[in-house]
Amino acid sequence: MKRATHAALAAVIATALPVAASADTIKVGVIAPFSGPFAIYGKQYQEAVETYVAQHGTSAGEHEIEFIYKDVGGPNPDQSRSLAQELLIRDQVDYLAGFTFTPNALAVAPLIEQSETPTVIFNAATSSINRESAFYLRTSYTLWQVSAPLAEWAYDQGMRTAATTVTDYGPGIDAENAFKAAFEAKGGEVVDAIRMPLSTTDFTPFIQRVRDEAPDAVFAFLPGGPPTFTYTKTYNENGLADAGIKFLGTAETEEVNLQGLGDAAIGLTTAYHYSGAHDSEANRAFQAKLNELFPDAIANWASVGAYDGTHLIYQMVAAAGTDGPAAVEAAKTLEWESPRGPVKMDPDARTLVQNVYIREVARDEASGKLVNRETGVIATVGDLGWDK
Amino acid sequence: MTLLLNILVDGVAYGMILFMISVGLSVTMGLMRVVNLAHGGFALLGGTFAHWFAADLGLPFWPAAVLGVAATVALSLPLERVIYRRIYGFTDLQQVLATIGLTFLMIASVNLWQGSSLLSIPLPESLKASVDLGFRTLPVHRLVVIVAGAAVVLGLWALLERTRFGMRLRAAVDNRGTASAHGINTDLIFMLAFGLGAGLAALGGVLGAEILPIDAYYPLRYMVLFLIVVAVGGMGSIAGSFAAAIGLGLLETAARYLVPDFATIAFFALVILLLALRPNGLMGRVA
Repeated sequence: MKRATHAALAAVIATALPVAASADTIKVGVIAPFSGPFAIYGKQYQEAVETYVAQHGTSAGEHEIEFIYKDVGGPNPDQSRSLAQELLIRDQVDYLAGFTFTPNALAVAPLIEQSETPTVIFNAATSSINRESAFYLRTSYTLWQVSAPLAEWAYDQGMRTAATTVTDYGPGIDAENAFKAAFEAKGGEVVDAIRMPLSTTDFTPFIQRVRDEAPDAVFAFLPGGPPTFTYTKTYNENGLADAGIKFLGTAETEEVNLQGLGDAAIGLTTAYHYSGAHDSEANRAFQAKLNELFPDAIANWASVGAYDGTHLIYQMVAAAGTDGPAAVEAAKTLEWESPRGPVKMDPDARTLVQNVYIREVARDEASGKLVNRETGVIATVGDLGWDK
Repeated sequence: MTLLLNILVDGVAYGMILFMISVGLSVTMGLMRVVNLAHGGFALLGGTFAHWFAADLGLPFWPAAVLGVAATVALSLPLERVIYRRIYGFTDLQQVLATIGLTFLMIASVNLWQGSSLLSIPLPESLKASVDLGFRTLPVHRLVVIVAGAAVVLGLWALLERTRFGMRLRAAVDNRGTASAHGINTDLIFMLAFGLGAGLAALGGVLGAEILPIDAYYPLRYMVLFLIVVAVGGMGSIAGSFAAAIGLGLLETAARYLVPDFATIAFFALVILLLALRPNGLMGRVA
């Protein structure tokens, strides 16, 4: 079906455009933001992909692999869809990859269904995406996957009451639901669930409100960058740490912005699937190569999602070449050692089953930099939001 | 009662930061009559220079802040001479387009120079500490911003109303030709006023960085906020900007305490209502 579609379309296009690539080159189209406020993610994806290629060569099985990058700019489903169309029809890619934002990933569902193109999501973390097409595979995480184990861990540590403060948009609400469900299932109580407007810059009112309620912990979910910075500052300066209200989060202390948070970040506790400070051979090898190629690069969730995504694509190409359905079938049973630790594909949800680590921000004595020090593994979990 | 005091304290602190950042825009847009959408860009430059001096070159906070503002002013003066001088004569729409273009240039330059991640300006211990107000604690840097904001209001008022420079500036804006004929060097006056606006933007960027953190996309992220303060205050009115900033700060803070889920809607609804009643802002002059 797919070949037939491609052949028909190619016939139309071939009259106008010479097909440059040789027959045995398999192309992978990467759709990500390379300009605008989110450009850093596209850059990180590309760096991680190139790191993987530098380590493993440009061929998988009998096939050569070539990556084509397309700039989607930001959260822009229409643009995402038309870029996918362009990649599938004009560039004749056999695989799609990338996708930072959920709407961008969702927008290509009808296209990949029709063309049977395996599509590897490097980030977009809403559980429901993979329901929309059997050709979606995800190498990041879902919010349920990290928030629910964090709630259980907090209860096990003796925290009985918590307030949740999440940014009022899709992923934030996912995180709030996950935390609340898991915390209350254990017997804990969520005393206040605050949804903060996306445009918030001054978090003092929310933090002060939490402080007045004096729960054992405050769970936070914020989009990366500036909001995280002001939130964690406010958390410290308004004396929540001193009052014994524990900070619990997920991506808030991610590596790219961590140094910017400064000493205020020390002691913040988060649960996440990757820490740049993860102590393993695979992580050291990955970061060594990454920094050899790109001295300024900082490994975080975006790099590791793209790195593992590239691994998945290589495995699929080696196993099935251009046969989309067979490639997805082959991917479903894969297990490997990622820089984040051991991972395997969940055959139903097509999202990784992986460790979730408890991390605490500390200053590394050797480098003098802030790191997310792993203080424990909570669980090996799949996508807990799949059946929600 | 405590809730009310909380709203009051946080609202004034937040409002003062809004004022610090927007007052420069009120100077260039209202007094000089140039639609300067690149205003946020100057705040970004101030913050970026301060970050560079403090984090990369290792200077303490205060020298870095002063140098950051100075560097921005130093950059704005030739910019005024070469580019803005042409922009003054444009129509409103052309001014909007030209200054938006400048904003993109600034964003791209900062992005190229410092990357697109957070550009923090490390605070000294003395500013990071908290003061006990009795019913709660407040970070020292917020108090510093409140004091700085008050100083700017008084300083600007004195400068514009009580000095020869202020008099000449007002004359030059009202009728450039006549002012020139009276021997006022309007080119110089405009350049200095523009430098003042840029310097205030930079100062606001640096001091406000704890609440509106600096990164390459800063001007686009907060442009709406600056424009709202100026629109509500009334263009060209320093006192109006001040009243608007404090009022909006209190309103938004109150909404965040009382109805967090609707804080943004409440804020914009009030702004719309106010502008419907007073289209020229609180203290706007009718042109």
